[in-house]
Amino acid sequence: MEELLSQYETVNLNAVKIWFKAGSIKDFPSNRGGCIKYKNKQIAIFNFERRNEWYACQNACPHKMEMVLSRGMTGSADGVPKIACPMHKKTFSLVDGSNLNGDDYKIATYPVKVEGDEVFVGFLE
Amino acid sequence: MIMINVIVVGNGMVGYKFCEKFISKSGQENYQITVFGEEPRRAYNRVHLSEYFAGKTADDLSLSTTAWYKENNILLNTSELITDINRDQKTIHTHLEKTYEYDYLVLATGSAAFVPPIDGVEKEGVFVYRTIEDLDAIMSYAKKIKANGATEAAVLGGGLLGLEAAKAVRDLGLNPHVVEFAPRLMPRQLDQGASDMLQSKIEELNIGIHLNKATQYIDGEESIKGMMFANDELLKVDMLVISAGIKPRDELGRVSGLEVGVRGGIVVNNKMQTSDPNIYAIGEVALYNQMIYGLVAPGYEMADVAAEQILKGDKTMRDTIDMSTQLKLIGVEVASFGDPFIENENVTAIVYENKFSGIYKRINVTKDGKTLLGGILVGDSSDYNGLFQIYANALALPTNPEDLILGSRGGEGSTLGSAADLPDTAVICSCENVTKGALCCSLIDGTASTFADVVKLTKATTGCGGCKPMVVDIVKATQKSLGKEVKDTICEHFHYTRQELFDIVKINKYTNYYEVIDHHGNGDGCEVCKPVVASIFSSIYNDTANKHVTTQDTNDRFLANIQRNGTYSVVPRVAGGEITAEKLIVIGEVAKQFDLYTKITGAQRVDLFGAHLDDLPKIWKVLIDNGFESGHAYGKSLRAVKSCVGNTWCRYGMDDSAGFAIELENRYKGIRAPHKIKGGVSACIRECAEARGKDFGLIAVEGGWNLYICGNGGANPKHAVLLAEQIDKATVIKYLDRFLMYYIRTAGPLVRTATWLDKLEGGMDYLKEVIIFDRLGICEALETEMESLVGTFECEWKQVLEKPRLLKRFSHFVNTDEKDDNIEFVPLREQKMPRPW
Repeated sequence: MEELLSQYETVNLNAVKIWFKAGSIKDFPSNRGGCIKYKNKQIAIFNFERRNEWYACQNACPHKMEMVLSRGMTGSADGVPKIACPMHKKTFSLVDGSNLNGDDYKIATYPVKVEGDEVFVGFLE
Repeated sequence: MIMINVIVVGNGMVGYKFCEKFISKSGQENYQITVFGEEPRRAYNRVHLSEYFAGKTADDLSLSTTAWYKENNILLNTSELITDINRDQKTIHTHLEKTYEYDYLVLATGSAAFVPPIDGVEKEGVFVYRTIEDLDAIMSYAKKIKANGATEAAVLGGGLLGLEAAKAVRDLGLNPHVVEFAPRLMPRQLDQGASDMLQSKIEELNIGIHLNKATQYIDGEESIKGMMFANDELLKVDMLVISAGIKPRDELGRVSGLEVGVRGGIVVNNKMQTSDPNIYAIGEVALYNQMIYGLVAPGYEMADVAAEQILKGDKTMRDTIDMSTQLKLIGVEVASFGDPFIENENVTAIVYENKFSGIYKRINVTKDGKTLLGGILVGDSSDYNGLFQIYANALALPTNPEDLILGSRGGEGSTLGSAADLPDTAVICSCENVTKGALCCSLIDGTASTFADVVKLTKATTGCGGCKPMVVDIVKATQKSLGKEVKDTICEHFHYTRQELFDIVKINKYTNYYEVIDHHGNGDGCEVCKPVVASIFSSIYNDTANKHVTTQDTNDRFLANIQRNGTYSVVPRVAGGEITAEKLIVIGEVAKQFDLYTKITGAQRVDLFGAHLDDLPKIWKVLIDNGFESGHAYGKSLRAVKSCVGNTWCRYGMDDSAGFAIELENRYKGIRAPHKIKGGVSACIRECAEARGKDFGLIAVEGGWNLYICGNGGANPKHAVLLAEQIDKATVIKYLDRFLMYYIRTAGPLVRTATWLDKLEGGMDYLKEVIIFDRLGICEALETEMESLVGTFECEWKQVLEKPRLLKRFSHFVNTDEKDDNIEFVPLREQKMPRPW
């Protein structure tokens, strides 16, 4: 399982080498998530329409490694945008990937940019 | 800046706790921690070792991640054994011939299994029970001998760990025999009566118990074939797991000339310092007050003391260490506290023994009836927290001390008193050593304002979790005493109760979540308030889950129940559990076509598991084409009305229960509520439909129906309570309409009817006044509201199929039609299941 998780490492905006076109804005539900496939990775993308912000993270829940985060509920905690895993309701910050309910388990996050009506996710390779 | 080097030898639970405590303290920035562990893995939870047999992985048991060490700048060296200490040079030497310098050395080497000197213990098939490597060896040997037809295995040692090991052996599919030298089980914690009770409960599980047995030698040529006891009695077994106690790993202390005890263990003072002031010893290797403490809690406290001392703090170890324990052994609750055995002219033991229920309780009280000195609980340890607090804080006892274990008969309320009466020094969370004072203090000085804050600050409840109810009580009582209104607000985004929010939505005729949060809340909402508001819309307008897709909980969003591997299960409605042969065949064919695991549910219907997200609409299509509709198994709504067959077939039946159940299920189907609702209808008092275990239940009697409400099964089973007797069907429906609507209007989020009634001031008498005698003058309104919901049912599955734009969400990927390749099934009996976690 660690093997699966090792595929996912947070990418910082200034380190992005490849901007992958994930789809157009209308492909993603507003204030909720959708999942895309990039090479062998599954990435969850969230359109925070209310805030006019987009976020992306690994689709795998870091607790049981199931590909479900894109189906979770979005929201905020003290203003920080977050995602709640549909399996056990652990919540994660979409800004830094930290677990908002405790110290264990973290998720990898990825930069998103929108150009025109197209949505791009940033990767290292 | 020169870093001060702290080297920790041993990467077990206590060594890990030392690191955790150390880095949380101020002033630690100038210290570099280096940890050495001889095992190949990171520290893991040895307390839960037996779960490894039950399918947990080494990773699951791990206490931390590699990243944790990295983030906290701790150097971790696994698979490296320390062989020597040079105390003059302040260096340690490892088996890889490397040398490291230290300023402070912390020995947390723990203990090894104690192997009694019995002839033949070196034979094949004899193991100790201590590390994950031991467990791997046991597992592979068990597999091998099972293939050769072996069935019996022994565990030497009837203590705590021995019984854990017996469970592990049983999980491997062998019949365990527990062999104990003493005349009773858990001889350090239990007296004879308690041991007898525990023994009979364990024997019920087909675990053999052999007490008073001195093993003479291990029988067999190369590998073990049996154990020979003192009276020439032979126990035939093909494997032996030794779990007969521990032996401190004090080798390093011995080679470097530190003071060690006669029977092992490195001697420490109350600062956890050994005879060399720069070397500390903690956990099971430390000999404190001439004792080795084999429990986690004292080990953790030692870790904290050592960390404080190195950082120049003044915390010291307490003089007497409490050995109280509460745990579940092979499913049996066992607890002992204080001095469980004490018996002399000044002490009276009060014993309660109930062989029928398998409960044994003993408390030791001073002759004057004023002080509780200790006790034992077997079979039911729910009083442990209360008793432990009375003992630990020397609180006053009730006039009849026996009330402590029997409950006050005829009176109201608990004799254990409330958490509010405890002194500030009372330790509430013994795992993390948090006192009541510490819990309250954080609320009083304003650093915390909620239960969650308190947990984050103090770590209380994060160990075994047994203290959680007390912590909740204390937090609530403190908030109240501070004049803070203790209101069950929904979450940080809405400072309203669900009932208030219900009224806000209704009065303002809101139909969209974001209108509600913009006008009455703050932030972006969350996984708690979004489904609450969506459910309120459904309750008021009978909107189906398709209307508020983005704010529905996951299951409502996909109209199916998410299961372990992210696939879903599908439950079509089978009202009253009545189904034709044709429809049964359809269900079978759907299961075959989509390769689904099928199981009959408790609500008399069939659950189809393992559906891929994109198969859901295809499955619904076949079902709907054949006359099925959604069973709402995923919704906080009416699930099913269970029934017995009724007087159409049954010779005892008084009425047509199945017919009435179908009528009621169709009446209330699809209506969303604060939590799920279940019903039941029985045609006579034999109650085959288990109607009194439901939110509403009907039982046919002479002259009509008896209506019961607010029951449930689940974690806290409650029988439904009688609302009205011998009423006709029309009256049943009238009362049910009022009751359900009143519940929907007023209950908190995720509060079942039983809990709602519990918290309703005035209880059942008040509810009768409201529902039957219309005390609030709202009955007409309740009935009208219900009537407007009843007529407007729509199948949500069908809606999806009819509107292609709704279909879009049933696809795993946005940018490809592929299925999720992470989903994997393995065979299960004649069907399949998700690959286990």
